[in-house]
Amino acid sequence: MDLTEYLLSFLILAGAGFTFVGSLGLARLGDFYTRLHGPTKATTLGVGCLLVASSVYFSSRGDGISLHEVLVTLFLFITAPVSAHLLAKAALHLGLPARGGDGPPAP
Amino acid sequence: MKLLPHPLLSLALALIWLLLNNSAAPGQLVLGLLLGWLIPLFTRAFWPDRVRIRRPVVLLRLVGVLLYDIVVANLAVARRILGDPERLAPAFVEVPLDLTSDLAISLLANTICLTPGTVSARLAADRRSLLVHALDAPDPAATRAQIKARYEAPLKEVFESC
Repeated sequence: MDLTEYLLSFLILAGAGFTFVGSLGLARLGDFYTRLHGPTKATTLGVGCLLVASSVYFSSRGDGISLHEVLVTLFLFITAPVSAHLLAKAALHLGLPARGGDGPPAP
Repeated sequence: MKLLPHPLLSLALALIWLLLNNSAAPGQLVLGLLLGWLIPLFTRAFWPDRVRIRRPVVLLRLVGVLLYDIVVANLAVARRILGDPERLAPAFVEVPLDLTSDLAISLLANTICLTPGTVSARLAADRRSLLVHALDAPDPAATRAQIKARYEAPLKEVFESC
């Protein structure tokens, strides 16, 4: 077992951990707006870790470096915020109740 | 009609083509450049304004700051989710905008959504302010100041400075 395998194991476990915490947020948090934060964001780092692990693994197989993962990251970083924004906007439009603060501002 | 309406977009498309194929063989390079030239020509109607990056160094530094913030803020959000949800202070924060160009505003909204703990929820109809929902903002004014100083100021410098 060499150093690369330790690194890969760490990255995959960290990625899985972050993804899990993100999903846990969906179950634990109180209202729609705070729930939105868990799955849309805690997962960026989770998926990021998994993609780095994938890139390192396939690059160390000897078939040249693998950079597909850069694209996955790019597309993820472009699309994830848009869906989060649209979900929040739709919730505001429907006037879903928010916990804490002054509540959601009027549309 | 210009032959090369969007040089930056062309370059990005060629690069994406090479990444998709995971190869930099001469044939792929030529095909990538050809696609990078043709696609902007055919989709010209969608891109009325030419994008100008005035301060590439500032943009690179912003990307660096953003990546660092994503990691740090992810850890912070993870801790808050595992902690007591009752102690969170979620709040809507209205951020007044100094940016005017569509591209800069959408990049700012994207940036805010990418950094965990904040989601951009609504752009005001007059494009003067952005409504942001923060997961834990005991001090909304501090959140507002941080967004303006950390993300908006560099974006303004890159895309709108004169």
